[in-house]
Amino acid sequence: MTLSDTSFLIVYVAVLVAIARPLGLFMMAVYEGRRTLLHPVIRPLEAGIYRVAGIDERREQGWRAYLFALLGFNLAGFLLLYFILRVQGSLPLNPENLPGMKPSLAFNAAVSFTTNTNWQSDGGETTASYFSQMVGFTFQNFVSAAVGMAVLVALIRGLSRHSANTVGNFWVDLTRGTLYILLPMSFIFALFLVSQGVIQNFDSYRSVTTVEGAEQVLAMGPAASQVAIKQLGTNGGGFFNANSAVPFENPTAWTNLLEMLAILIIPAGLVYMYGKMVGSTRHGWIVFGVMTTWLVIMAVVANVAEQSGNSNLADAGVTQDAGDGQPGGNMEGKEVRFGIGQSTLWANATTLASNGSVNSMHDSYTPLGGLVPMVNMLTSEVIFGGVGSGMYGMVIYIILAVFIAGLMVGRTPEYLGKKIEAREMKAVMLGVLAFSLVLLTWTAVGAVNSFGTDTTNNLGPHGFSEIFYAFTSGAANNGSAFAGLGVNGTFYNVGIGVCMLVGRFLFIVPVMVIAGSMAAKKRVAPGPGTFPTDGLVFGGLLFGVIVIVGLLTFFPAISLGPVVEHFMLRDGLLS
Amino acid sequence: MENALRDIRRELRPLFAITVLLLLLTSVAYPLAVTGIGQAVFNRQANGSFIEVNGRPVGSSLVGQSFTGDQYFQGRPSAAGAGYDAASSSGSNLGPTSAKFIEGSEDDPATAEVDESFAGIAQRVAAFRESNGLAADATLPADSVTASGSGLDPHISPATAGLQVARVAAARGTSEAAVRQLLDAFTEDAFLGFIGQPRVNVLKLNIAMDERFPLQP
Repeated sequence: MTLSDTSFLIVYVAVLVAIARPLGLFMMAVYEGRRTLLHPVIRPLEAGIYRVAGIDERREQGWRAYLFALLGFNLAGFLLLYFILRVQGSLPLNPENLPGMKPSLAFNAAVSFTTNTNWQSDGGETTASYFSQMVGFTFQNFVSAAVGMAVLVALIRGLSRHSANTVGNFWVDLTRGTLYILLPMSFIFALFLVSQGVIQNFDSYRSVTTVEGAEQVLAMGPAASQVAIKQLGTNGGGFFNANSAVPFENPTAWTNLLEMLAILIIPAGLVYMYGKMVGSTRHGWIVFGVMTTWLVIMAVVANVAEQSGNSNLADAGVTQDAGDGQPGGNMEGKEVRFGIGQSTLWANATTLASNGSVNSMHDSYTPLGGLVPMVNMLTSEVIFGGVGSGMYGMVIYIILAVFIAGLMVGRTPEYLGKKIEAREMKAVMLGVLAFSLVLLTWTAVGAVNSFGTDTTNNLGPHGFSEIFYAFTSGAANNGSAFAGLGVNGTFYNVGIGVCMLVGRFLFIVPVMVIAGSMAAKKRVAPGPGTFPTDGLVFGGLLFGVIVIVGLLTFFPAISLGPVVEHFMLRDGLLS
Repeated sequence: MENALRDIRRELRPLFAITVLLLLLTSVAYPLAVTGIGQAVFNRQANGSFIEVNGRPVGSSLVGQSFTGDQYFQGRPSAAGAGYDAASSSGSNLGPTSAKFIEGSEDDPATAEVDESFAGIAQRVAAFRESNGLAADATLPADSVTASGSGLDPHISPATAGLQVARVAAARGTSEAAVRQLLDAFTEDAFLGFIGQPRVNVLKLNIAMDERFPLQP
């Protein structure tokens, strides 16, 4: 790693660590309904919403009622978005006269944005009107993130209460997360982005005569407001096709740094909040440490792989050494203003979180460099992870780690003073298995049928990687892509749509089951056989469980793609 | 059963009310507020940071555009549409072991309606060396022959710009030293040495070239 890339990584991680506690404490106050700085402005709004909606904010729901309210809200959101996308041609704010989307694309996009994935089968500026982007996508960007946080908060209540039969009120958690956390942060961030040159207007596309006398048409639109929430809400859907590589979405090194931080700050704050609310900040920091370790290792691997470049280019007379007025490395698909380090760190942040926005094209990464975002997603995104979904997904792994530790000493495992029993383990296994089953099945079908392989942009193992990445991204609710793959056919629209639904809801349902059953349990005093979850041994075990359970399942698939391609690259073979 | 139905009915009002109210807040009030303040306070940026020459907008200072003439510094290869199409941003998405990417491809005469020809790394390296009068074994910076992620990269590295100085100076009938001096003035550094990258904004530099060293008619 170059000195400047190392410095950048250190600063990035330091800011993340520094921000976790204050932000975590703020979010905790929000969800506990305590007074915060924002109360004078937002509390009247919040109270007004409850009045109109007929919500008694002190009336809590059991886990079933909470879950059904959540599912109903998502179903309504899905139907609304599907309808908007189908008829956008007749709706206002459509200066480019874009037509309504075909059913499979509208299905895919509607699932994509309601599940916090933001996978885009077809480019932003070429298929979605301003109305669809604003009313359709931006709305789901906010509420799908707020839903993720609500699930986490319900789980936390389940873990920290005992002999209780309620886990909170979904409507209240949803409203608070949106009003106090996502809206104010997005608002300030969007204004910063505009100040740096991210566009925010409702003009039709602008045509200019260039210096050389050619015509250039520039896409316009309200980008900044959407970019802010797509980063903060770990949504990731770009306003433009090439996402945050496009200068109008991410024009400077400063927007790049802050957009990259915006991906992980709320997830990082939620980890701290989790520890604090379940009554063990030490446990929270240990989990935070596991995540940070993973982030740093992966960031270094990706950086080294991309900086050492593509040997085929070296053979063709290209120097890829950094320094001497050039960034060096594998620059295909990367912007000069970001270079290698600020592209590869983004690739990590976006795939650790369920963000999926990109500032460089992962499809053009070296085999090992491109393996890193794949591996990150294959952990089902529990390293910081999506807003809310990262930490509740991590709890699945934590319970698994505690269970394995319990097996080793032959005792009933406990977590946070509650016994882990058959019901919880069934729920955990459902989440873990559904994820790998759905993505491997669809990948296998796609890889051996012409409707899957006809639209790859690359041949050979890299073509397989494109297919594997697509379904992984869907199931992990990420949304990034090896973007050369043509995915706007029925097979991919439906297949990735199914992966996104399974990846989202077959985690949420088990998590809510766990929340309910843990809330009802009695607390047991820690005994001599209790495995402490606030020490380094636990941290190491958790890390190991993520590697073994999360990754070994996928080793054969990884071998067929990036590993084979790595050896091809070493031997100068092309396909 | 009756209980369940009553429960569902009780949640319908919050469902619709919350959906409508949050929709109004997040997708109407929020973007409009950002647009209002953005347009008022950061008007130039909110509308695309356009640069004017002789009172006529020639492009955005943030977005790359195509330059082909010898008298201009040229940007990176672009995979956006037919090249620097700012309504169709895209990278090449070609992988490191793609034969098309490394060796290029030729037009297939069997399909007259599609043009399959593609300049790969080999062709780009040869073309860059030739147009800039470089030796046949001169090594080129990585960014000079690779396409950016957006296809709209407004920058090139200082090294890539430096290799074009002789060609630009010759085409404008001025000294290399004078061109290099202007290039240096337009070379931006990373903040504190690590936030961002050393870079040259091609459009801004070329506009300055036209002002300082206008072509003789």
